[in-house]
Amino acid sequence: MTMLNYITVRNNETIDFNSIPSLNYKEFMETNILFLKDSHNHCVNYFGFPSGNKLKLICCIANDNKARIKLTATELDPAASTVFPSMTARNLSFNMFERELSENFGIKYSDHPWLKPVRYAFNRFDKSSQIAGYPFYEMESEELHEVGVGPIHAGIIEPGHFRFICKGEQILHLEIQLGYQHRGIENLFLEKNNLLQRVILAESIAGDTTVGHTIAFSNIWESLSGYAPDDELQFVRTLALELERIAIHTGDLSAICGDVAYQLGSSVFSRLRTPIINFLQSWCGNRLAKGLIRPAANKYAFTPGLKDLLLKTLDEFEPDFNEMIKKLFHNPGCLLRFEKTGVVSYNQALEIGAVGMTAKASGLNRDIRSSHPIYLYNEINHQPIIKHHGDVFSRTQIRREEILQSINYIRTLLEKIPLHIQRKEAPFSPKKNSFTISLVEGWRGEICHCAVTGNAGELLKYKVKDPSFHNWLALALSVRRNEISDFPICNKSFNLSYSGFDL
Amino acid sequence: MINTLKILKHQGKQFIKDVTTVQLNEPFRGRPVISNVKVDEYELINLCPVGAIKTQPIQIDLGKCTFCNECAIKFPNKIKFTTDYKISANDPSLLIIMEGIDKTIELNPDLIRQEISSFFHGSLKLRQVSAAGDNSAELELNAAGNVNFDIGRFGIEFVASPRHADGLVITGPISENMAESLRICYDAVPDPKIIILCGVDAISGGIFSGSPALNRNFLAKYKIDLYVPGNPPHPLTFINGILDLIKKRK
Ligand code: SF4
Repeated sequence: MTMLNYITVRNNETIDFNSIPSLNYKEFMETNILFLKDSHNHCVNYFGFPSGNKLKLICCIANDNKARIKLTATELDPAASTVFPSMTARNLSFNMFERELSENFGIKYSDHPWLKPVRYAFNRFDKSSQIAGYPFYEMESEELHEVGVGPIHAGIIEPGHFRFICKGEQILHLEIQLGYQHRGIENLFLEKNNLLQRVILAESIAGDTTVGHTIAFSNIWESLSGYAPDDELQFVRTLALELERIAIHTGDLSAICGDVAYQLGSSVFSRLRTPIINFLQSWCGNRLAKGLIRPAANKYAFTPGLKDLLLKTLDEFEPDFNEMIKKLFHNPGCLLRFEKTGVVSYNQALEIGAVGMTAKASGLNRDIRSSHPIYLYNEINHQPIIKHHGDVFSRTQIRREEILQSINYIRTLLEKIPLHIQRKEAPFSPKKNSFTISLVEGWRGEICHCAVTGNAGELLKYKVKDPSFHNWLALALSVRRNEISDFPICNKSFNLSYSGFDL
Repeated sequence: MINTLKILKHQGKQFIKDVTTVQLNEPFRGRPVISNVKVDEYELINLCPVGAIKTQPIQIDLGKCTFCNECAIKFPNKIKFTTDYKISANDPSLLIIMEGIDKTIELNPDLIRQEISSFFHGSLKLRQVSAAGDNSAELELNAAGNVNFDIGRFGIEFVASPRHADGLVITGPISENMAESLRICYDAVPDPKIIILCGVDAISGGIFSGSPALNRNFLAKYKIDLYVPGNPPHPLTFINGILDLIKKRK
């Protein structure tokens, strides 16, 4: 076997773009497939962008054992009528990435099992392909029927279409069609050339993950400009990430209770989320932390008053939370609905490249806070919470334990609050011809942003990947052989992002 | 049973007694006030990420403002965000905050259609449509119905079917991919019906304004009954806006 040709980087490292070895497609493919034979490796991003009259592809494989990311590149000629062998045929975790490449650039694959549109991006290759004409999988049988739900759903929730094939009450197959939320975000990152505009864009990728996505963007920008975030910035970002986790997990517990008609749990968890997001408002003026995270800046000093307020908030939160969650986990009616419902097996999670909570609930350890730590996670020594049943119950348990774990982390963080410093306006000048990758563990899981700059330091490509990009398929698999009436609870137990996926 | 009662007791009363008078604290950003202090106008209008600031006289359009606070941080003597959360309006011109004028925003009663006050003042059922919203305004609309804000006490409720609804609450800048579904949903709501735009993205497109992935033609066709600014709007902004809309015109 010849030596593999690739380059490794650390999380948030900027490198010369040309140092990423450009392989021919066959080598590129074999190298990346070989990487994934080791289950400590997983694909965190795989994307393309036009470069001259060629199409440049970059594949980023994270090694979770060594905190390194392996990069390789290749160049294709999209105009040529070449048909390429797909990587998906040999490893399913490339599935969404290859579908995206095919939709955006017209790459043709000979053996991709299911080459369907991803989000009907406005700048897709084939404009004649329309969202109303999505090619759903069909099964012919007199015993089967189809149920279509959405794009507009019954509650206050983002749009997406779910198409079930059922036998009686049992789901045999679910296909999830997305794209309704597409706003052209990646393109806007290139078009808006003012830093604040780009920050606001990052805040709007998924409003429930404002902190996570904005940190990923800030990391990219700081790394490209050679700026190292100081103690205060590291503190603010670590704290904000954990607060966002507590808030959304608590809200999710409310929604999960709501879907099994457990009114008490639904009301109590929903109101327990309030003091956490109200704390964010006391800190930065916005309940979802919009405005808090800024590259090389902290506009909202974390004062001693805020420290006291946060400690008091957590002290009041914890007993109420523990009391309610204990009650929930002793409620046979709820447990009956949670246990063995919506199962994703370890092998399935591994095969589809699941990340974050979804992976951890199925025994797969995927948590950037421990595998590629940044900021104070290096000191916290985070131990991911892993469950093994892959069902609604496991995903509910993870939330319970992660909330309590985050509270502990926050108490530790509050013991040492760095001084608020007045920084000069950072002179941001992104390095030219560079590549940067940033991984952040948001509450859903791994967020990955990548940037490529050109000759004048201008952005050539900004790639955003929300953890939902991997995990929607897990939801589709989880409901097979479940009653269709269990779909809502399965869906809530994942709580995936539509806007983060559709971009 | 005992445990359930204990939980109820420990939770106590969580609702906000009067959602029309409760105070929010700084640094919450509600209605801005603009002083008459002279500043470098060119710098001021150029720092705004969404072109919400105009000059002669200096003004901020709350339909465009993302409440990022950047202008107030750079020019603290010129612009200050107050905690006044009652910033909903029923005409876009009411959303323009002028230099030197510190006045609460009130709905124009003449623009409220007669049928809104006749039919909806005691009960209003709404269908929410997220048209490329980022899930922040959606989270806050959900919060408006929780035990803290409890919008249900006013007979205002979100319903599952457009056929049961008296109007639409639209969030998001309206993507091309949602345009058709939004139209179908609107058509399914029986007359008379209202349209509420909730959040900066819905009102003006926000940071997405001008993106080729949007299709905002729907908005040109119909009268908008209420604009609820914010990124996302605070539940209190939404609740007070609606209460004014259904109760104001006598
Ligand atoms: S707060 Fe509003 S007006 Fe001021 S800079 Fe931000 S978007 Fe512009």
